[in-house]
Amino acid sequence: MSGGTDTTASWLAGELAAGNLTSVEITQRHLDRIAEIDGRVHAFLHVDTEGALEQAAASDARRAEGKPLSALDGVPIAVKDVLTTQGLPTTCGSKILEGWVPPYDATVVARLRAGGLPILGKTNMDEFAMGSSTEHSAYGPTRNPWDLDRIPGGSGGGSAAAVAAYEAPLAIGTDTGGSIRQPAAVTGTIGVKPTYGGVSRYGLVSLANSLDQAGPVTRTVLDAALLHELIGGYDAKDSTSIDEPLPDLVAATEQGAAGDLTGVRIGVITELAGDGWQAGVMSRFQESVELLVKAGAEVVEVSCPSFVHALATYYLILPAEASSNLARFDAMRYGLRVLPEGVSSPSAEDVMRATREVGFGDEVKRRIILGTYALSSGYYDAYYGQAQKVRTLITRDFAAAFERADVLVSPTAPTTAFKLGEKLDDPLAMYLNDLATIPANLSGVPGISVPSGLADEDGLPAGVQILAPALADDRVYRVGAALEAALIDQWGGPLLDKASGLEGVA
Amino acid sequence: MATETLVPFDEVLERYDPALGLEVHVELNTNTKMFCGCPATFGGEPNSQVCPTCLGLPGSMPVVNGKAVESAIRIGLALNCSIAEWCRFARKNYFYPDMPKNFQISQYDEPIAFDGYMDVDVDGETFRVGIERAHMEEDTGKSTHVGGTTGRIHGADYSLVDYNRAGIPLIEIVTKPITGAGEKAPAVARAYVSQLRDLIVALGVSEARMDQGNLRADVNLSLAPRGSDVLGTRTETKNVNSFRSVERAVRYEMQRHAGVLDAGGKILQETRHWHEDTGITTSGREKSDAEDYRYFPEPDLVPVAPSREWVEELRGTLPENPTEKRTRLQAEWGFSDLEMRDTVGAGALGLVEETVALDTAPQAARKWWLGELARRANDEGVDLVDLSVTPADVAAVQQLVADGQINDKLARQVFDGLFAGEGTPAEIVTARGLAIVSDEGALSAAVDVAIAANPDVADKIREGKVAAAGALIGAVMKEMKGQADAARVRELILEKLS
Repeated sequence: MSGGTDTTASWLAGELAAGNLTSVEITQRHLDRIAEIDGRVHAFLHVDTEGALEQAAASDARRAEGKPLSALDGVPIAVKDVLTTQGLPTTCGSKILEGWVPPYDATVVARLRAGGLPILGKTNMDEFAMGSSTEHSAYGPTRNPWDLDRIPGGSGGGSAAAVAAYEAPLAIGTDTGGSIRQPAAVTGTIGVKPTYGGVSRYGLVSLANSLDQAGPVTRTVLDAALLHELIGGYDAKDSTSIDEPLPDLVAATEQGAAGDLTGVRIGVITELAGDGWQAGVMSRFQESVELLVKAGAEVVEVSCPSFVHALATYYLILPAEASSNLARFDAMRYGLRVLPEGVSSPSAEDVMRATREVGFGDEVKRRIILGTYALSSGYYDAYYGQAQKVRTLITRDFAAAFERADVLVSPTAPTTAFKLGEKLDDPLAMYLNDLATIPANLSGVPGISVPSGLADEDGLPAGVQILAPALADDRVYRVGAALEAALIDQWGGPLLDKASGLEGVA
Repeated sequence: MATETLVPFDEVLERYDPALGLEVHVELNTNTKMFCGCPATFGGEPNSQVCPTCLGLPGSMPVVNGKAVESAIRIGLALNCSIAEWCRFARKNYFYPDMPKNFQISQYDEPIAFDGYMDVDVDGETFRVGIERAHMEEDTGKSTHVGGTTGRIHGADYSLVDYNRAGIPLIEIVTKPITGAGEKAPAVARAYVSQLRDLIVALGVSEARMDQGNLRADVNLSLAPRGSDVLGTRTETKNVNSFRSVERAVRYEMQRHAGVLDAGGKILQETRHWHEDTGITTSGREKSDAEDYRYFPEPDLVPVAPSREWVEELRGTLPENPTEKRTRLQAEWGFSDLEMRDTVGAGALGLVEETVALDTAPQAARKWWLGELARRANDEGVDLVDLSVTPADVAAVQQLVADGQINDKLARQVFDGLFAGEGTPAEIVTARGLAIVSDEGALSAAVDVAIAANPDVADKIREGKVAAAGALIGAVMKEMKGQADAARVRELILEKLS
């Protein structure tokens, strides 16, 4: 049904190492799968058939010489269209960058190439990563493989859907307020937001510099750990990157998968539950917590009172930074250029105005206006300045909570995937989707979303989020792998086996 | 454009007290740019020294140049500033085509250096100029507006942008309001910029050439009613690019402000353009747009926190304190107070120092720079330092004089040759045939002719009136087209008439 692509990256790596499969075969299968179904899913904005096959052939040649570049050499990957790729278009889901081909690779992309992973293409996203549904892409929405009438989450809906629909075994996402974790939750996949500074942001087109973080999108926790170790670590080109070695994530995953969580303290965040949280999502969450207890973990309730202000804080800091970041899109040097109508000899300013009017979508304009206002003279202290103070409070809440617990858990998103168009006219309802994921970005801590099962009401996937202190990414892998193992055991197989949206697709 | 009413300078001072503020941008001479590894050298094919970061391409990120931070701290220390223990970069947001990101990475309320001063010598008096701050920032690209009549963006047919300059490290040095200078305000402004340049040169952190834009001054000026201590509305005159122009711009704005205020008008807080050719300022961007740069801390950079040990280490690398240095040089050179004051006032201290360092007698160096060369600079309307003649040239010319190969008069012709680009002083002497004639035969013959032509004078000398020899020497020099050894001519005359 999926053309032999319903495997895992680690399994493919094993087959490559054993000589049972070639990278060209694997890459071709995924390209075939994309050709077969992406017309309906629309996970990709750009597919690089030729480039991916060339890279696969080069990988096979290295393998033949016994010189693979990494454990994942030859395993293909999809990259969110917000990371620059030399020679491949990078649009950030926006018309304003249509046709732009970057002259340089993001550090994450450079590390993928250095690891020998063929790049299948660039995945769809909300314009400049602003959104929770991928409906704000200027190139049309991505659909959820579980139900093509539903959203795949956002902003990284393309990467999550590509992985959920077996179009790619691995993908790169970016997470500013939940854009890796929330799509993972609503598509039944794994998504990890590393510690801020753990993965280089060089070449990641900034949404909000102090919040953005790239990370793995996969179908298993082990695959995420393998990918995270490949892309993570210090980069001199990113001043905010952490100059310390990554913890051993694969070892932590293997330890967790063995099933013993004795001595691990799990904190359940009181504030991330209650009214507005879908019953089926809460049921699956509670069962997940029980499974963790069964594995030997100890559960404590922790309160993070400042989290109730996280959303408001986020929607001041993000637009402020974004309004400045997006100023460079002015038609002067690259991307779209629109000449104003009815102006005989337009000035540079006229061209900038006309281009930005046409080139940016409504959500982008909304946030530019918000951010410009929040940074304005006379308002800065009340908005941006105040938000930075609340951010400090949220970080203190985390610190206090991590005194009592090794990891914190909550449902990743309050609901399962909603219908396309359902929240498009209600930005506030859309923003609420990121309620649980935003605090981690505000204080830079790592988090993973692991599928917790299907909600009873709609049979759609829900996710559990596991958060750890900054630099302790290994903990989210350990606990995530333990939960994954227990659930798969209970389900009798991966949750994605139950995805029905693409049944009958030839 | 409305004609401005200018009040005579002396009258301005009868009714108003000027307040000055100077913002000087210093382009550092680091090998690489402020936030990327591109070369920071002047010139180069347009857009050949660029990368994703200084072009502001999507996804690119800045990394702070440690050498630029070091230079900033050294400048701050030399200006007697406190050095921040912790400070951040900030984004200054505004749209302009030569700004790659449409924001400039600068510093806002947390400058690297703050609260210092510089003692400036004006006509032999010391005037203390308070330094508000010195901060780090990146330069913009350079626009060239083609077509149109003004050379500005409005009215141009098209514009070219060279991003080689984008990201060059700048230090902006801002003074506190300078009050109480009165009639000396223009001179104080000039002396401050000139002596700041000397300091920057001594620190070795910049080429500091105003004519090449390494050093750019913005002049803020306001007038307050005489005796009141309230600051008036200021104007900011941008890019005044010579010491002389700094002085002229202050003077002009004082006269213009007084004209507006006398007529009951209000000064607009605005940016003004300085016109070197006509010596006037015209209105530029109006600040009535209430320019709001929406500063906020640069989220792509971590704070700069120079350790106290490092700061003290850098303090140890500072050049001599300028005031002490002036005292020392005056003693070493044996200059009178007046000679020293004139040397400093002409902006020639550094030039004389460099010339003396090349084995030139201090008085000779002073004579050339403050005499012949100051006259030429004045004729051309440029600063001494911007003349094409260098201290090395002056030293070489003076060496020829000292060796007796030419005299002062011929030396002026050598300078003519230098300004005309005819080669080295020695080459010019040869090419122009300027060497002094000391051939005894030719001199003797010329002396004989002069004696024969001036029998009365010859008689006086025979009678012992030796002073009269000057007239005969003049006649010989005229005959020899100035190329005679005057001392030898005198000897010959006295020999022949004794």
